[in-house]
Amino acid sequence: MNRMVRKWLILTILVISVIIPLVVTNKYYMNILIMSGIWSIVALSLNLILGYTGQVNLAHGAFFGIGAYASALMMLKLNMNFWLVLPLAAAIAGFFGFLIGLPALRTRGSYFAIGTLCFNIIVTLIVDRWEGLTEGARGLMGIPGPSPIPLPWGGEITFKTMAAQYYLVLCFLLLTIFVLRRIIQSLVGRTFRAIRGNEELAEAVGIQPMRTKILSFTVSCFFAGIGGVLYASYIGFLSPEITDYHVSFDSLIYVMIGGVGTIVGPIIGTLLIVTLPETLHIAAEFRLLLYGLILIVMIIYLPRGIVGWLKSLKERKRKQEVSWEQS
Amino acid sequence: MVLFFQQLVNGIMLGAAYSLVALGLTLIYGILHIPNFAHGHKYMWAAFTSLFLVVNFHTNYWVSLVIAMVVLGFVGAGVERLVYRPLRNAPHINSFIAAIGLLLFLESLSLIFWGADFRRFPTLYDKPIHIFGVAITLQRLLVIVAAALFIILLQVFIKRTWLGATIEAVAQNPEGAQLVGISIDRVSSLTFGIGTSLAAAAATLIAPIFLVYPTMGAMPNLKAFVVIIIGGMGSIPGAVIGGLMLGLMEALGGGYISTDYKDLFAFGALVTFLTFRPTGLFGKGVR
Amino acid sequence: MGAILTIQGLTRFFGGLAAVMDLSFQVQSGEILSLIGPNGAGKTTVFNLITGTLLPTQGKVLFQDHEITGLRPYKTTALGVARTFQTTSLFYDETVIDNLIVSYRCRTRMGLWDALFQTGRSREDERRCRQKAEETLEFIGLMERASELARNIPQESQKRLALGLALVTEPKLLLLDEPVGGLTEEENIGMMALIQKVRASGITVLLIEHKMKIVMNISDRIVVLNYGQKIAEGLPQEVGRNSAVIEAYLGAGYGEN
Repeated sequence: MNRMVRKWLILTILVISVIIPLVVTNKYYMNILIMSGIWSIVALSLNLILGYTGQVNLAHGAFFGIGAYASALMMLKLNMNFWLVLPLAAAIAGFFGFLIGLPALRTRGSYFAIGTLCFNIIVTLIVDRWEGLTEGARGLMGIPGPSPIPLPWGGEITFKTMAAQYYLVLCFLLLTIFVLRRIIQSLVGRTFRAIRGNEELAEAVGIQPMRTKILSFTVSCFFAGIGGVLYASYIGFLSPEITDYHVSFDSLIYVMIGGVGTIVGPIIGTLLIVTLPETLHIAAEFRLLLYGLILIVMIIYLPRGIVGWLKSLKERKRKQEVSWEQS
Repeated sequence: MVLFFQQLVNGIMLGAAYSLVALGLTLIYGILHIPNFAHGHKYMWAAFTSLFLVVNFHTNYWVSLVIAMVVLGFVGAGVERLVYRPLRNAPHINSFIAAIGLLLFLESLSLIFWGADFRRFPTLYDKPIHIFGVAITLQRLLVIVAAALFIILLQVFIKRTWLGATIEAVAQNPEGAQLVGISIDRVSSLTFGIGTSLAAAAATLIAPIFLVYPTMGAMPNLKAFVVIIIGGMGSIPGAVIGGLMLGLMEALGGGYISTDYKDLFAFGALVTFLTFRPTGLFGKGVR
Repeated sequence: MGAILTIQGLTRFFGGLAAVMDLSFQVQSGEILSLIGPNGAGKTTVFNLITGTLLPTQGKVLFQDHEITGLRPYKTTALGVARTFQTTSLFYDETVIDNLIVSYRCRTRMGLWDALFQTGRSREDERRCRQKAEETLEFIGLMERASELARNIPQESQKRLALGLALVTEPKLLLLDEPVGGLTEEENIGMMALIQKVRASGITVLLIEHKMKIVMNISDRIVVLNYGQKIAEGLPQEVGRNSAVIEAYLGAGYGEN
């Protein structure tokens, strides 16, 4: 896609996203959009360790949950301000990512997947049973939304309306995209891709595998934590289920269907999976059935997801053009 | 003291159950190097199949066991053909992701078919007998006996029959095996079929002890993996010892330390092994 | 000029089997030394032991008189020992130039913060990577293929690129494992010229190769392995006449000639 066309496309999408709350007033759909935004952040962060660094992490739900619970507990029990809590809770999620990554990333492939899944289960178990800290299965209630931001010229921005919540999530989604893109396009991002491509070769050309993987994992968990914080203050209620490995599986599906290793992929995947079944009113049990089936079909025939498939079409066209030129 | 022996016996039964489930898994992994992450969910389907037969057709318990083994054997072979064979040359992790898709599919299919209710598996063997003050139901004893039986049968099959030798050949050297005319396709389907049948046997034996419900496969699935990681992927003795270790750890840990956190033992053990000895007890070292 | 690499008593067991047994030799700075021997003689194992992919059961490896035994491969690369692999190893999903850019990463210092805030250091490092990649691209003769995906280029180019990846890390010693595997006669000549060019630029080369004509032509000295042990060492002509060597390759009965 040509640069000018791409710029205009991005601009159009941005404009559309900004005016959506003015056009869509139906609360049901607004809710779907807000949740899509939050899940997109989670999917994008998973993509960093999965799509770009090539490690199948199944503990993502745990870090999302840690971010959510950390923020809720800080706001409810320590009366801290949302804006202070947000980076802190995300940092806590990132820190746990670092701690868990240290042992976990010494394994690879399916071992890593199983190991992270087990970590996820351990986290869920602890959140569920440590009632003194987390209220266990009763859950945490009454989590406040973001506190108002005072404006320099008097008045303040409040986050009581859905539109305001939507813009909050949109801002963080854009921030996530911006930050992740910077990382991915830098030399740091290149080393991630090198690990994904061929870890042994990467080490042979001087890249430190553990350090690289831990960095990717930690950043990935940090942003999962941000998603968690946004979720907690939007929904206002948390229960141990949100740390559950089903969240990890869901994020995996969003990323794999949209396209691993691309920026747009996870967003598209999330949008499709979160919005389509709602609009088509497909019942919950059938959804999982469908996701399972789609995941199987995709991993066999379109392992790069939708976006990856489109890219490969483009590449095949270009290869044809190159061979035309050469003949 | 009686508590200790009670928990010991429970642990052995639990261990036998885990070993039986893990047996099929380790066979599949050892031969095909495919982490069949949907193993527990086929186990779940086997339990429902035999339950269905016993409740609706009043089939004899043992007959339903055999039927479940056969049916699931075909299902396993079918899954190999449709899902894992196309991924044979792709990185292993793709098979793992496909297995996740399969797991979701099987679980939701079960939810749709059978509903989310927990069901009891009616059995003739639930009267407890007392040995040295320790209570154990006949069913539980059956699990231990059956597990031992299947383990021996499997070992004999692998080591003494021509078919077993063929499977081992493919496990050790796929290219060599192909050169001497062995069909990898057939062996793969067969191995998957046998592995899944074993899970089906385990399911029918264990189901009467616990309850039958669509999500019952998730924990055994994970624990089977814990077992084969502890015991060493692909090792039959490893599956047995790993299973026993896990069973004992859970029973004794759960009895003496805390029932709330008993599941943590399994996962803590897994994490420990993955970190320090990922090839398991009977695997070879690294670097 | 002195030995750039010294191997002392290097031994590696796999279970009961000795893949490498009590191996000692030196590589002189600036030479091209070839490591030859029948299949399974342990040559690639030696490379793995030098670079740290494998730990020796016994013995030492010294690079420029510093002990590097058992250091992980990324450390040995940072110290100046680079290698290629017997089966061509590339980042197949990346373009040729991207392959080279990321291989220079070890000589840059930027980190996450630099990337996030696009600091001067990050821009400088990226510029240097690109520059170094382009220089290497020209050196190995793949400039026209810069934007092609590594998986799409022909085999000879892939071999050149693999060599380029090792080269771009600025090594002082280059370990090449069968650099002309699977290439035609004509392509061999091209690769050999490239290896000569590498040595001329001041890099010492340790080479594993099966094709005898090439080995005899290009090597300053040769070390011969059989069953993990050194059976001969010296100038090409000497080694070519050595009866133990002939016997190793052709079997007993030929050695007496």
